[in-house]
Amino acid sequence: MWDYNEKVMEYFLHPKNAGEIENPDGIGEEGSLACGDMLKLTFKLDKNGRIADAKFKTFGCASAIASASIMTEMIKGITIEEAEKITNKDIVDKLGGLPEQKMHCSVMGMEALQAAIANYRKGKGQPQKKIEGKIVCTCFGVTDKEIEKVIIENDLDTVEQVTNYCKAGGGCGSCRGEIGLIIEKIRGKKTKKDEAQTSPKKLTNLQKIQLIQRTISEQIRPLLKADGGDIDLIDVEGSKVIVAFRGMCSKCPTAEFTMKDVVEARLREFVSNDIVVEEQSE
Amino acid sequence: MAKVIYFDNNATTKVADEVLDAMLPFLKDLYGNPSSMHTFGGQVEKYIRHSREQIAQLLGCDNSEIIFTSGGTESDNAAIKGVLAAMPDKRKIITTRVEHQAVLATCRELEAVGYKLAELAVDKDGQIDLEELKTEVDDDTAIVTIMYANNETGVIFPIDKIAEIVKAKGAVFHTDAVQAVGKIPLNLDKSNIDLLSLSGHKLHAPKGVGVLYIRKGTRISPFIIGGHQEKSRRAGTENVAGIVALGKAAQLAEETIGQENTKVKKLRDKLETAILKNCRDAKLNGDKINRLPNTTNISFEFIEGEAILLSLDQFGICASSGSACTSGSLEPSHVMRAMGVPFTAAHGSIRFSLSRYNTEQEVDFVIEKIPAIVNRLRELSPFVK
Repeated sequence: MWDYNEKVMEYFLHPKNAGEIENPDGIGEEGSLACGDMLKLTFKLDKNGRIADAKFKTFGCASAIASASIMTEMIKGITIEEAEKITNKDIVDKLGGLPEQKMHCSVMGMEALQAAIANYRKGKGQPQKKIEGKIVCTCFGVTDKEIEKVIIENDLDTVEQVTNYCKAGGGCGSCRGEIGLIIEKIRGKKTKKDEAQTSPKKLTNLQKIQLIQRTISEQIRPLLKADGGDIDLIDVEGSKVIVAFRGMCSKCPTAEFTMKDVVEARLREFVSNDIVVEEQSE
Repeated sequence: MAKVIYFDNNATTKVADEVLDAMLPFLKDLYGNPSSMHTFGGQVEKYIRHSREQIAQLLGCDNSEIIFTSGGTESDNAAIKGVLAAMPDKRKIITTRVEHQAVLATCRELEAVGYKLAELAVDKDGQIDLEELKTEVDDDTAIVTIMYANNETGVIFPIDKIAEIVKAKGAVFHTDAVQAVGKIPLNLDKSNIDLLSLSGHKLHAPKGVGVLYIRKGTRISPFIIGGHQEKSRRAGTENVAGIVALGKAAQLAEETIGQENTKVKKLRDKLETAILKNCRDAKLNGDKINRLPNTTNISFEFIEGEAILLSLDQFGICASSGSACTSGSLEPSHVMRAMGVPFTAAHGSIRFSLSRYNTEQEVDFVIEKIPAIVNRLRELSPFVK
C-alpha cells in the first residue's frame, strides 16, 4: 500500500478547484486513458494578466488528483511567466512529498500546466498536446526532452528514478538502455556498457535482410506487442523497407509516431543510416 | 482502524479460529523435529500424517500424493521446473496468458533460457480455445500448466476437459488451483490432473504453507534438495504448525464447501447485482457462468482503481484492483488486457472476493457506499461530461 501523507489524502478526498472553466484563456491536457492517468487543466486570466481562476479534471489515482488540485491553488494569482517556472518538484514540496513511484503524477501536473500556457500563447483554440523532441518510450509516449527535463529538475541518476518520475521505461522496458544514455549524457560521464554495437559495415544484401529481420523481431516487435500490435516484414528493395502493421494500436496516442520514430529509427540505428520505411499499401 | 469489511479473500484469508487452535501447540510445547529418534520429536510425525489425510480427503486423492511446500508459488515452481528436469528431451511448455505471476514469470524465465513457450490467448470471457490447445500440444511438450480458476476474475477453466486433452497427447498436466481449492469440490482420483498446487492462506490457514499434489507415476525431479523429508521430494524440516493448520483448514473446507455455493454465492450475487444496477457504466469482467462463487470483478469506466480502493478504504472496505497504479507497475492487469478489456475499463476494475465469514450486513453496507464513491470520482474525471 502507498504511504500517502495526510495532505495528499486531504487533497484527494476533498480536492480544491475541481471542474472545468468555460471559455478558458488556456487549456492543457496531459496523459491518456491508455496510460492510466490524464489531467485536463483550464485557467482564466484577469485584466492584469494574472491567473484569476484555474480548474482541473483528473482521471487517475489519489496522488494524480492531489497533485492537480494543489497545482491549481499554486497558480492562482500569479502571472503566466511565474506559473511557467513551476516544476514538478514545487508541486511535490507543496504536497509534503509523494511516494517515489508516484512522482510521475506531479510531472503530469507540470506538463499539463505547460501545455495550457502554450495553448494560451498560441491563442485560444484546441487543447495543446505538445510533443516535443523524439519519442523514447513508446509505451507511454515520453520524449527525450521530457526525460531530460525530469532528470535535470529532480537531479535523477538511475533509470528506475526516471520511470518513477515520467513513466518512461515502465512498460515493455526496451527503452531503458536509451534512457541510461540520456542520463549519462546529462551527468556527463561517458562510461560502461556500449550497447551491443552492431557496427554497420558493408553488408551483403542477404546479411542486410537478416539484420532487418533480427532488428524487427528483437527491437521493434516487442514494443508493438506490448500495445497489442504486431509488425511483419514484407519486402526490402535497396534501402526501402516495406512493412505491414498487424493488430491495432489505433487508440495509442503515439501511433502516428510509431512508423518514423520507432520502426525507421531502430532500423537506422541497427542496420543502416539510409533506411526508409514504408507501410505496405493494401 | 475500527471496522474492517474484508472483501479481498482471493488475496488472503483470515485464519479460522479452529485452525489457530490446532496449530498453536506446535509453536509451544510440541516443538520437536519429526525426523528425530526420540519420542519428543518423533511424536509430531503422526500429526503431519493426519494433516496429509485431511488434505487428501478434500482433494479426493491418496495420502502419498500430497507434498508439503511453503506455498502456492513454490508448488508452481516445483511442478514446472521439476517436470522439465525429469524429461530433458522435451522442450516445450504450454500455459495461458492469464496465469498468476508464479506460473507466468516462471514460464517466461524458462523461455529466456531456451525452452519453447506457448501462451494460449483467452476470449473476452476469459476462456481459452480448446482447439488451440489441441493444436499446440505436441510430442515435444513436456508440461501444460493452466490455472483452475483465475484469481482476478474467478473464471473457471474446463480443467477436466483440458487434462483429458493433455493426457491423450502424453504430456504432463499441472494446474495452479490455489483459488479453487475449498471453493469448488475436487476429485483428483477421477481426473487426469497430474500435478496441482494449493496454498494454505487462501483457505483460512496461515501464510507460508502449501501443497503440491503429485499423481502417482508422474515423472518429476525434486525442486528443493537436502534432507529426506517428504520422501526426498521436498527437503527441509517440516513447517509442522503450518502443516497441522493446513490439515485443519482442509477439514473445515470440506465441511463448509456446501456453503460456498449457497451462502457465499448468494452474498456475491446480491453485491454484484446491486452495483451493476446502481452504478452507470459498470461492467462485469469475465465469464458470468463458469466462475468461482465468491468472486466478482467489475469495471467502473472512466475512473481509476486506486482512487476507488482508497475511497472504499475510508470506510474500512477491503477490495483490490487491476489498475496500473495499485500494482506498483505502470501497466494495468495482464488478465484484463488478455481479455481485451478496453483501457477505459481496465484501469477502473475492482475485484470483490468474499468468504464464508462475510455477512449480509457487510454486503448491504458496501452496496450503500459505492454509488457515492463512484459518482464523486466521475465528477473529477475529464472523460465524463
